[in-house]
Amino acid sequence: MVQQLNYLKETPSQTAGPYVHIGLTPNFCGIGGVYQADLGSHMVNEQTKGQRITITGRVIDGAGAPLRDALVEIWQADAAGLYNSPTEIRGSADANFSGWGRCATGAEDGVFTFETVKPGVVPYSSDRQMAPHISFWIVARGINVGLQTRMYFPDEAEANAVDPLLARIEHRHRVATLVATGAAPNYIFDIHLQGEKETVFLDI
Amino acid sequence: MTDRTNGKPETGAFFPRDRQWHAPALTPGYKTSVLRSPQKALLSLDGTISEITGPVFGHSVIGELDNDLIHNFARAGESAIGERIIVHGRVLDERGRAVPGALLEFWQANAGGRYRHKKESYLAPLDPNFGGCGRTITDDEGFYAFRTIKPGPYPWPNGVNDWRPAHIHFSVFGHGFAQRLITQMYFEGDPMIWKCPIVNTIPDRQAIEQLIAPLDWANTIPFDARAYKFDIVLRGRRSTLFENRLEGN
Ligand SMILES: [Fe+3]
Repeated sequence: MVQQLNYLKETPSQTAGPYVHIGLTPNFCGIGGVYQADLGSHMVNEQTKGQRITITGRVIDGAGAPLRDALVEIWQADAAGLYNSPTEIRGSADANFSGWGRCATGAEDGVFTFETVKPGVVPYSSDRQMAPHISFWIVARGINVGLQTRMYFPDEAEANAVDPLLARIEHRHRVATLVATGAAPNYIFDIHLQGEKETVFLDI
Repeated sequence: MTDRTNGKPETGAFFPRDRQWHAPALTPGYKTSVLRSPQKALLSLDGTISEITGPVFGHSVIGELDNDLIHNFARAGESAIGERIIVHGRVLDERGRAVPGALLEFWQANAGGRYRHKKESYLAPLDPNFGGCGRTITDDEGFYAFRTIKPGPYPWPNGVNDWRPAHIHFSVFGHGFAQRLITQMYFEGDPMIWKCPIVNTIPDRQAIEQLIAPLDWANTIPFDARAYKFDIVLRGRRSTLFENRLEGN
């Protein structure tokens, strides 16, 4: 016999279901008066430093239809490349930037929108950096475990070319699934759950 | 607020998710997953600073009644109809350490199994005093508690006669964005758990049992509310002892 490791098992994920908005964006789905505002609906204020950008997109299923009952969260560094998190040990992030946003996809058009700032580069290791990117997390009815992915910027070709995560994508045509389209300040990032254009999802 | 060793925040990468323990993406018994499940392999990478960091929420975002679903939507002096219960437990990580400052958000159907939602068409009535959402933040030792009514089971369009067992949906924020988790809590002794196609997306029976809250008789409040205990485990993270990835570690 050897000693026991005694690790616990992670609580299994279950789908967010069709009514995720009741819990996470109650004001959006008409349950007013419980919370003042839906968390994550504002990422920036007038004092936030950096270049203002808008990201819009859709989450598209295997039949080509946008999900109208999904919920998308994003997490990113500030304009200087610092995360607004206690785990950020390199310095203090912009106090006027949360770095985190949450948006339900539109009940009619399936579109999500984030008003944010363009993130700076962040380190990968002591001698490598990652291209500016935004982490995405997608939940919805029919998705058993929340999907993680990243959005990179189309106007950062040079940085993207040496990004350590993008470099690991074996089928090079799939790199494009993580790069937004459009141009500053209005980027478009559609997420494809299946098919030809299936987005690269991450186990990270 | 943050988990610390020797006063420093922990910055190790999270343990890889055990994908055999979780449901696979494609689970045809749960029909909606068929067109919404990625079909290609996930790209695996050890966590970077973008995943080991995450937003934290101060207690200032939490309102006084946010952890009381019996009253947070009810008219003054009234309360939601149903079996009064307390749901409480601890948020831990895979190493068994408490996760303090974790934001928990929950939502559920009313006692009759009806959600307050435009798309909901079940014939059970709405309760005018029940909204169905609540939230709280774990204390320094990872403990949380909230009060609600026991949700009813409800039918849903999947098979001809599929019903959801009584359940409460949970969303959890730990300390890193890679710990982000949404799950559902079930109630001990409910025979419908094992008939549910959504429950059965999880292949391992022990994993399913991790979602079933036992009746906690010791913590039941006489003449008021029964208690159910639901502990939640988030991904653990490596010690930072021998990390050499980021300056300052
Ligand atoms: Fe439900």
